[in-house]
Amino acid sequence: MRKLNYGLAINEAFHQCMERDDRVFILGQGVLNPWYVGETARGLDTKYGPSGRVIDPPVSENGMNGVVIGAALAGMRPITIHPRLDFLNMGLEQIINEASNWAYAFGGQQSCPCVFRGIINRGGEQGAQHSQATQALFMHVPGLKVVMPATPYDAKGLMIAAVEDDNPVVYIDDRWLYAEEGYVPEEYYTVPLGKANTIKAGKDVTIVAISYMVKLAQEAAMILAQDGIECEIIDPRSLTPFDDDHVFSSVKKTGHVVVCDSGWKTAGVAAEISAKIVENVFDSLKAPILRVTLPDAPAPSNKYEELAYYPTARHIVDAVKKVCGAKQAPQFAVASSNGVSAS
Amino acid sequence: MGGSTELLMSTDIDLKSRARSLGKETLLGLHLQLIRIRLFEERAAELLEAKEINTACHLYIGQEAVATGVCKALRNTDLIWGNHRSHGHYLAKGGDMRSIMAELLCKATGCAKGRGGSMHLYNKEIGMLGTVPMVAATIPIGVGAALAAKLKKTDDVSVAFFGDGATEEGIFFEAINFAALHKLPMIFVCENNYMSSHLPLTDRRTTEKLFELVAMNSMHSIRADGMNVIEMYDLSTEAVERARRGDGPTFIEAETYRFRGHVGPKDDLDVGIRDRDILQSWIDRDPILQLESLLVSEGYTTAAKLETIRKQVLAEVADSVEFARNSPDPDGSGVLDHVFIGGAK
Repeated sequence: MRKLNYGLAINEAFHQCMERDDRVFILGQGVLNPWYVGETARGLDTKYGPSGRVIDPPVSENGMNGVVIGAALAGMRPITIHPRLDFLNMGLEQIINEASNWAYAFGGQQSCPCVFRGIINRGGEQGAQHSQATQALFMHVPGLKVVMPATPYDAKGLMIAAVEDDNPVVYIDDRWLYAEEGYVPEEYYTVPLGKANTIKAGKDVTIVAISYMVKLAQEAAMILAQDGIECEIIDPRSLTPFDDDHVFSSVKKTGHVVVCDSGWKTAGVAAEISAKIVENVFDSLKAPILRVTLPDAPAPSNKYEELAYYPTARHIVDAVKKVCGAKQAPQFAVASSNGVSAS
Repeated sequence: MGGSTELLMSTDIDLKSRARSLGKETLLGLHLQLIRIRLFEERAAELLEAKEINTACHLYIGQEAVATGVCKALRNTDLIWGNHRSHGHYLAKGGDMRSIMAELLCKATGCAKGRGGSMHLYNKEIGMLGTVPMVAATIPIGVGAALAAKLKKTDDVSVAFFGDGATEEGIFFEAINFAALHKLPMIFVCENNYMSSHLPLTDRRTTEKLFELVAMNSMHSIRADGMNVIEMYDLSTEAVERARRGDGPTFIEAETYRFRGHVGPKDDLDVGIRDRDILQSWIDRDPILQLESLLVSEGYTTAAKLETIRKQVLAEVADSVEFARNSPDPDGSGVLDHVFIGGAK
């Protein structure tokens, strides 16, 4: 089984999409940058640059999103890359007003097959405008598909599926996952949009976690296992379309739910997933749902406030114990993945 | 206001020779298209007054020469991109009257299945892949289509129509810069009607010369008399040839004026946001009357033949209304259809 890290899995998806389909091109800030994040653009320039299919554009986020939409309407399969979601925010008009509406407003006559890739860059003392995780904005808007891979396998398979899809897809990856290694088939494959994945089976509690929170949920599950609590971890992988049935069937089994998102709490992804569960499988719930998210505050820069700001596995452990009715407060020290010890 | 009559007078003689080089068939074709748009819009205005059309309509009356001249220079596979005021673009590019009139009545037979209304027009067969009312939004989208043509190695061109207000959006300059940088087969048609909704250009800019805004971008940039269809056609033809040759984009500022108000059938004089004398000065330059005067005086046609054409077009308009009235309304049960192509999953 060939292993690859998350960043290079995205890179491999790019190469294979471009090799198979002349309509695919990449327009992304920094793709010609030698120290580009996670090596996700490695080798694209030398292979596809001469044909004009790799473009490092001027700093014009909204305009470039429009260019990508226009190319998609005219028959191409473009991918655009915004190295931080904060900068993607400057291009929201074209995504929310245009790409999302094109299929519906014209009566289903026109597809807009394009991928908007945005990257989360939390921590590292980067502060309020280099750290945001705004996936909830895109999940809110009808007409956009939204995917957030947590594993190298999904990073490649979801990117290929996003490129193949006839609709605009917002693909959000997280820098904190780039070094994660895992099984990635060498061949071209897709992970279907709208299909959740059971990361780990368990009977006591359902942890619904997305993106980087899946990794924290896995750490939490190992700790909780020592206490005899068996966690089931569900990774939706796609926020839109959302695999309701997969999540609901797990909730019916466990009756306890913790929802983990790397974005803000209020009106966020975890709130929406919680509402879906309450509306549909309320009778299965044995306790209220708890959310583990960012607090409702912008990101700080200094590492001390970052420690207090970003959720860790310990927060998930606490939440699980609470929904499962544990009386004792947890006693664990956890090394979080940003290298800072949280206890 | 810009667009001085001196400019028109100075080109008057030249215009006759340009008309001769175009020939009778082309001239009559241009005239027919102008009339089709005008009479369609005037009927739409009546239906708005009668509340038979309820979707917000931004009428093109007065600006017909711009769409007509530009689209005459295009072929079917060239793509055009419109805005909230795009009835004229739709008809000029070859769209049939029935499908757009049905869309204004929001009928299931409309060009956007009754889903779009006046501001969301669509017709793939004529190279019109969608108009939207967000100001300047289709300018970069048009540039993206031009990039697609370049990557696909076709020699199709892409044309974005937008108003003077759109030049105030940041995205306008983003699109201009990218198109110039990559020498894309793109034509920017700025229909400067000197009003953005209720606000005159002079209250929004220190210059009225919009073609100068892009001069620093190594782009061919010209100002055209948007009330003169022959000039619009000539300059558009040059721009199309430049784009097809691979010599990059062109910016055309077409000075024009809308005879009606920003939205709806009225002229906005009643609410005090337009000057009656200025409006009249532009009505005196009516693009249709100008062309008809030339056609008759130079012997291309007669007043009687023009009257026959008018009646034929009126019949086409009446047919489109009849078709729209007899068309089914959309079935409300389909309201959640087409949020995604291929269904929700």
